[in-house]
Amino acid sequence: MSAGGDGGRRDESAEEISEEWTVSGIVSTLVPLLLALSILQMVSGTVLESFEEQLLAYPSLLVLVPVMIGTAGNLGSIMCARLSTQLHLGTLEFSPTNTDIRANVGAVIGLAATVFVLLGFAAWGIGRVLGGSLGLGTLLVITIVSGMLLAIWVVLVSTVSVYLSYRLGYDPDDTTIPVVTNVCDITGVLILFGVVTVVL
Amino acid sequence: MLGQDSAIDVYRQALPVILVSLVAGLFSGTLLGTEAMREGIESVPGILLLLPAFLATRGGVYGSLGARLSSGLHQGLIDPHFEWNDRLRNAIVASFLNGMIVSVFIAVLSWGVSLVLSREANLLELLIVLIVAALLSAFAMLGVLLTVIFKGYRRGLDPDNVIGPVVTTVGDVFGVVFLLIGISVAGVVL
Repeated sequence: MSAGGDGGRRDESAEEISEEWTVSGIVSTLVPLLLALSILQMVSGTVLESFEEQLLAYPSLLVLVPVMIGTAGNLGSIMCARLSTQLHLGTLEFSPTNTDIRANVGAVIGLAATVFVLLGFAAWGIGRVLGGSLGLGTLLVITIVSGMLLAIWVVLVSTVSVYLSYRLGYDPDDTTIPVVTNVCDITGVLILFGVVTVVL
Repeated sequence: MLGQDSAIDVYRQALPVILVSLVAGLFSGTLLGTEAMREGIESVPGILLLLPAFLATRGGVYGSLGARLSSGLHQGLIDPHFEWNDRLRNAIVASFLNGMIVSVFIAVLSWGVSLVLSREANLLELLIVLIVAALLSAFAMLGVLLTVIFKGYRRGLDPDNVIGPVVTTVGDVFGVVFLLIGISVAGVVL
């Protein structure tokens, strides 16, 4: 899951202050962040819990959940990492005609299209084996529609947060990846079940 | 130059990592969808509620341990083989504590959220499930992570490039299995 990189990132900045690795130092830096993260993740947990009946009836939907969460965070971190590097290099300009922004957006949309088409087929096949009854067409509609909505959402959230971070004077390398990966993880689940509600 | 990459360059570079995470997600998704896990979800109220937090926590705890060990190797703070010295011991003990503290917190939190949503949930049951799952995760993740980082480093791999996929893949797959084991332990104990 995408959160892995975030913890490391925050940790490394603390390490510049001290290279002593003390148990209390590491625990007191990381635990508050992890507790806050768990509280945030309860939002997606609540959504999953409220769809318990559908999830148990259609195992294909359960198969989708971890991929949706992971891919959302991954796409968000790629977008943010690239935007903030381009910002540091001085090649970034917040305009839709900027070639760097276009390349990032194109890549994120292409990656999402690849992953979510494959996911539709895989979830269908695995669901069959697990005794599910959702058709290939239905699953492809669910994965492709939610994947494309997610890609657009990732682009918007990443661009806005890198821009805001820059405007407010914070280095987007430190601030945006933890925020965006977690926001995207959570909204990924919301988008998926929004689409599920409409389709099923 | 990074700044001049076209959409296709970025796509090509990112695709392998994204596909690895797809395969890892499908593995844990398949485990989630198995008959045994579905029965577990049905029998222990609150499992779906805590699932995202549980999976994200292990990413945070062991991803950061991996990043720390990798920076330590690069800086020459630790040697690339397992040696029970203070620095390495502190890093390992701290990540073990982090995992346990946060897991207990998640059990209490999801119990609280269930109460607020007026759904049934058993605090003791959730605590047993999460403590068992967190303990097993700690042993598995520490074992895999230390092996991969030290062996990888000795063979010339930059640990920075392998920690992410390793933590994601191993963490998600083991995480779901260990939750299931936690559910059976809770079933036996209670």
